[in-house]
Amino acid sequence: MAEEAGARLEVAGERLASPLILGSGGIPSMEVLEETVKASRTALVTVAMRRVDPAARGSILEVLERCGVRVLPNTAGCFTAGEAVLTARLAREALATNWVKLEVIGDEITLLPDPVELLAAAEQLVDEGFVVLAYTSDDPILARRLEQAGCAAVMPLGAPIGSGLGIMNPHNLAMITEAAGVPVVLDAGIGAPSDAAAAMELGCSGVLVASAITRSQDPVLMASAFALAVEAGAKARRAGRIPRRYRALASSPTDDMADFGGPLLIRPRLD
Amino acid sequence: MTQARLNGERRELPEGSTVADVVQMLSRSPSGLAVAVNGEVVARSAWSARVVEEADEIEVLTAAQGG
Repeated sequence: MAEEAGARLEVAGERLASPLILGSGGIPSMEVLEETVKASRTALVTVAMRRVDPAARGSILEVLERCGVRVLPNTAGCFTAGEAVLTARLAREALATNWVKLEVIGDEITLLPDPVELLAAAEQLVDEGFVVLAYTSDDPILARRLEQAGCAAVMPLGAPIGSGLGIMNPHNLAMITEAAGVPVVLDAGIGAPSDAAAAMELGCSGVLVASAITRSQDPVLMASAFALAVEAGAKARRAGRIPRRYRALASSPTDDMADFGGPLLIRPRLD
Repeated sequence: MTQARLNGERRELPEGSTVADVVQMLSRSPSGLAVAVNGEVVARSAWSARVVEEADEIEVLTAAQGG
């Protein structure tokens, strides 16, 4: 039964076993990473491309291979389309994957996406055959432009990277998920599992979590909490939440009330 | 000797060194690595043919934790 199989995320025709994408940035050690990946039940883990360290012991790629997860290279730290495109090409060469999480940021203080450079890089990488998952702001128009450019997924932020502030503009996020024809994956800003559940309830197909897990007091335990949260949020989305109402709506019947002598209904004047 | 910049540091390399030689200097295993010279990717299949030239800017990258 689909219900029992749990939530899935499908990107570019590939079904991933979990809607949770794990960002590996900030993890205290490779040992903790391995346990965290397992606890999160993720099928996709991001990595950055950095200069080789001749003294490095143990490779993150070996850990991820042992865990049986797919690797998603990012272009973190790139400020221009040119840098991001070159980084993506190097990632494809190094890791034998044409998937890339495209990040082109505007400055180091906000780490917010630079929309002009981002769109230019997305167009170029799609042309070159990349499967582009684009980290973007929570602007519905930019998300649409990225989809039109051929991105396989759009990844709007909830709040600035690493801020843990949650979803600052749930209305924008809902507008993005409502209109998108490609998966929407909430990326950045998540602080707690409840934020991830909320993202799924708002119609996201997945959630990328890095700092909220890797920099928590207990990354392994937190990863398992996020696994439950995305599952809960996805089920709630399918179940269909009740509309928000301005006034109360009694959940017990109001007919056939016993008469204890009091007023049957007290209705304040509303006008 | 050939003067080049390797991952941001000035290095003197024996005349005729190739990208494959440079990679071997930096890492025990060539898997999971990629090389750019002067802002262009050098495909793995071309590493042993590409001779390092004077003032080349070589970047050798791999996956690290991030994102």
